[in-house]
Amino acid sequence: MAETMARLHPLAAVKTVADPHLVAQGPMGRFSLRLSPTAAPPPLGALGLSLPLAPCRAAQSETAAALWLGPGEWLLLTAPERAPAVEAALRAELAGQAFSLVEISHRQTGFSLSGPRAAQRLNAGCPLDLDLASFPVGMCTRTVFAKAEIVLWRTGAEQFHIEVWRSFVPYLWELLVIVGAETS
Amino acid sequence: MSQNFRLPTGGRVNRGKKISFTFDGRRMSGLEGDTLASALLANGEHLAGRSFKYHRPRGILSAGPEEPNALVGVGADEGHYSPNLRATQVELFEGLVAESQNRSPSLRYDWAGVNNLIWRFIPAGFYYKTFMWPRGAWTKFFEPRIRAMAGLGRAPRAPDATTYAQRYAHCDVLVVGAGPAGLAAALAAVQGGQRVILCDEQNELGGSLLSETDATIDGAPAARWLSETIAQLRAAGSLQILARTTAFGYFPHNMLGLVERLTDHLPGVAGQPRERLWQVRAKQVVLAAGEIERPLVFPDNDRPGIMLAGAARIYASRYGVKPGQRAVIVTAHDSAYRAALALYQAGVGIAAIADVRANPQGGWVDLARKAGLPVRAGCTITGTSGRLRVSGADLAPLAADGTVGASERVSCDLLLMSGGFTPSVHLFSQSRGKLVYDDALGAFVPGTPAEDCWVAGACRGVSLLSEVLADGFAKGASAARAAGGALVPARGFATTHAPATGGGFAGALPHGKNPASVRAFVDFQNDSTAKDIKLAISEGLRSIEHIKRYTTTGMATDQGKISNMNALGIATDVLARPIAQIGTTTFRMPYTPTTFGVFAGYARGDLFDTVRRTPVHHWAEAQGAVFEDVSLWKRARYFPLAGEDMHQAVARECRAVRAAAGIFDASTLGKIEVAGPDAAEFLNRMYVNAWSKLKPGRLRYGLLLREDGFILDDGVIGRMSDECFHVTTTTGGAARVLTMMEDYRQTEFPELKVWLTSTTEQWAVIALQGPKAREILAPFVEGADISHAAMPHMSVVECRVAGVPARLFRVSFTGELGFEINVPADYGRAVWEAIFAAGQPAGLVAYGTETMHVLRAEKGYIIVGQETDGTVTPDDAGLSWAIGKAKPDFVGKRALARAGMGEGVQRKQLVGLLTDDPQVVLEEGAQLVADPAQPPPMTMLGHVTSSYWSATLNRSMALALVKNGRARIGETLHVPMPGRVIRVTITGPVFYDAEGIKLDG
Repeated sequence: MAETMARLHPLAAVKTVADPHLVAQGPMGRFSLRLSPTAAPPPLGALGLSLPLAPCRAAQSETAAALWLGPGEWLLLTAPERAPAVEAALRAELAGQAFSLVEISHRQTGFSLSGPRAAQRLNAGCPLDLDLASFPVGMCTRTVFAKAEIVLWRTGAEQFHIEVWRSFVPYLWELLVIVGAETS
Repeated sequence: MSQNFRLPTGGRVNRGKKISFTFDGRRMSGLEGDTLASALLANGEHLAGRSFKYHRPRGILSAGPEEPNALVGVGADEGHYSPNLRATQVELFEGLVAESQNRSPSLRYDWAGVNNLIWRFIPAGFYYKTFMWPRGAWTKFFEPRIRAMAGLGRAPRAPDATTYAQRYAHCDVLVVGAGPAGLAAALAAVQGGQRVILCDEQNELGGSLLSETDATIDGAPAARWLSETIAQLRAAGSLQILARTTAFGYFPHNMLGLVERLTDHLPGVAGQPRERLWQVRAKQVVLAAGEIERPLVFPDNDRPGIMLAGAARIYASRYGVKPGQRAVIVTAHDSAYRAALALYQAGVGIAAIADVRANPQGGWVDLARKAGLPVRAGCTITGTSGRLRVSGADLAPLAADGTVGASERVSCDLLLMSGGFTPSVHLFSQSRGKLVYDDALGAFVPGTPAEDCWVAGACRGVSLLSEVLADGFAKGASAARAAGGALVPARGFATTHAPATGGGFAGALPHGKNPASVRAFVDFQNDSTAKDIKLAISEGLRSIEHIKRYTTTGMATDQGKISNMNALGIATDVLARPIAQIGTTTFRMPYTPTTFGVFAGYARGDLFDTVRRTPVHHWAEAQGAVFEDVSLWKRARYFPLAGEDMHQAVARECRAVRAAAGIFDASTLGKIEVAGPDAAEFLNRMYVNAWSKLKPGRLRYGLLLREDGFILDDGVIGRMSDECFHVTTTTGGAARVLTMMEDYRQTEFPELKVWLTSTTEQWAVIALQGPKAREILAPFVEGADISHAAMPHMSVVECRVAGVPARLFRVSFTGELGFEINVPADYGRAVWEAIFAAGQPAGLVAYGTETMHVLRAEKGYIIVGQETDGTVTPDDAGLSWAIGKAKPDFVGKRALARAGMGEGVQRKQLVGLLTDDPQVVLEEGAQLVADPAQPPPMTMLGHVTSSYWSATLNRSMALALVKNGRARIGETLHVPMPGRVIRVTITGPVFYDAEGIKLDG
């Protein structure tokens, strides 16, 4: 029966305007992985990567990404169709040590924000220093955009990936569009 | 009018671009580059406002942010109207509409000018005295009148039609002020390889250089040096220039608030924000805020046409405006001679230069004498004449012993004054930097900074141009170095510039008149005079902060810009204590008035706050649901059919759930995945309940207390596996509960291997409740047996519902057979619609939160925040059965053992109430008493917490917290209401199906 059930994107009811630099992404597989901060994490074959241990840094493989969000805390991203297999494989790989692996694929939505003004647009609501030297490519963190909590990940010099909880999606979108229309 | 006072040449205005504007409805013209003030002066208009208290006619005093008089309302319509703008800072644009303030019916004829006649009866602090005597006069007489008179401008009558932007920024060096010191600092900081922001409040960078017509810098005229320097700075990629940007506040850790004016001067630009708030975090700050010229305090020193000498020079040099035809200059400082010469060269007749100093000397004095200007040394001013414009100055010889000779009236239409300069220390003082009194300078200058902050140029008392430039460069270099930049060698600047640095005066000039009969203004904006300050001291006020408040000197937007040093000068004379001992008042932010709009920023209208909507929201909206706000969420309250009001809709929904089935969107419930080997132990320590023995697949009602033993939150918790619990919280408590648990996890129980993950938004939750719930749901379920035998009340299975992976709870908040279907949120809408459609033949209805509230109240189920108010224990709420008595500890356990919390104390307990008249629905919050005839204050026994019409019972019902309530069941109490008393009978809190048979369908 699953094929008859339609997925509804959180932006579905929002009147969106075309913005080449702001793209709402489709479904994605997401997990919150927690390990003891003092335990050495195993290499995760299911993701094809080693968990980043440096604070606020992301690691990427062909099929997945792991974002360090806190001591012993990672946000894992993968393709939606791979999510069940990844979860099963991770549980197998982590068996024997204390961990928490919670699927949050539907909890949040991804955006990509790009262009020469991307950092400036974010700084309308994000108080972090987004200069390339202070927030280099590969850096990620939990932060705020105005009144919404986001996860911000710099994927290129002029390219950011934003994760936001689904009910905050219209707010984030509308505010980023307003800021994008500012000419200075 | 046609700019009769515009000079034929000179200034930085664009003579090719004429701009028309109106002031008080009169059409006038100015030039591009004018301020409203310079354009008014070009049209011969000095009269620009009425004073705050006495409604005295006032003219343009200054050329900058310190302007106390020319406060105007600007805006062609109410949506664009801003009151209290300083005309000296309003950039002229085509079609500008300005009006004067605080006058009625007109600026020239103002009935409230009567205050000027009764001034003897309204001295400083008079309104404090009106509080005291006669008794009762304050509320009936004084307050209404003072309120009617108070204030200058008026609030706009329509919502702000403009928008505002905000931005955070970081830099290595923030330079505040782009005069010579700031420009030099920026040059050095850029040279040091640093990220620099340079901001200046004016439309053009340059500060004093914009009116500099004589000096050269490094061999070039100042204007050329300025344009070349700006070009050089603009070419540096690491520098951001913000013109029209006021640094209004200096906050801790080197965060400064700036307001950038974006479009007020560009009336053709639509759709762009008016202003932008910059919140700048700087590693190092260079303050180059300049200085403010000090007025002289003498009788009637406030008539239109009386200006600061430096301002008059700026109008002539920068704006090409002749501020009058015949000027008298009164000064205690050399710089006024420079102004006199500039005006003389612009064709203004100089009637006299009265210098209070006995023997003025120096380059500019010599030049003035050489030009034949009539210099009167040792001369003071004892008064002025003229009503709407100054017409004469009374000059009198001032002997060395301070005696004043006979005065002579000198006619003039312009009276210039200079008491020297006060460093603009506002931002430094805001940063908590200590100010120190500089005796030689006669002013307060920055001392030890409290932040990573450097002060350069005139705002620390350096005034010679070459020194200002060198100081600015040195501070810019130091700031860059301190921020981690390269070492920048010191640099000198060769200037040709006659110094105008001698002199200065703080206090009131001697005038030889009866001090009680004259008004010599110290703070023009607040109408406080030298006499007021003396009065305050004579009435016993000693601290300068008290004197400030009693007299209002330096209050409000002035913040000491104009008044501070003169007030101190007067106080030091009367108190016979040096200024250094008196100290100075605190400079408060904002430096100049700042719009509310820029603080609100994007947070207005739909974006005022985040509005959270569930995946089912838009379906409910299409069904005509009425929504209510629950924390940030929109929740469907009821689903009225055509013609139904809330009462009818809720009654229909209630009956349908009890008779057939209802579907309810519970997606907003907080959800926390508690996972890890110690998950059960963690919950044991947090919740009052025992969790170790709860089997996977079973649910339990959990109750969470605060440390003080009172109920904080509740919710059903499911054990998904040995090491994983699915915790639900109230909608409004979700964030609070997660934060509290995370706090305990990290700080109290770090040894526990357990982690918390919010899954509130992972799951859409569809509650299906009613005797037909199972038969509607069953066809959708794969992978689980949901029969009563296999899945009893309070159990949970993982299965598929409508093909979607689901956590299916068998749980009821209605008292009926019920399920709560958790599906991944993207699927919530589709699954909801499928079940809703399938349930139609069985009579399934959608119901909202209002119906949910009624149904749960019929069952006596509490709602946290309704039956609880932060003072309710589990026992008060009848929930002591939930407590795991054998547990060694849980949050709040110790508090529950305190005296006053338990046995033997008459606490308020949850009970039911039935009114004698079944049609009467009590008001929530109504008080309960035993004896309605008791005279007030009555003994109140409790209050109504929930009250509804119950369609199921066909009568009203209520829940209440009543002192010793469970022992009073069966008693009659009374609810006194306006005009009547309602009799109620206390019952148990469960009104429907007390045996719980319906839970099983």
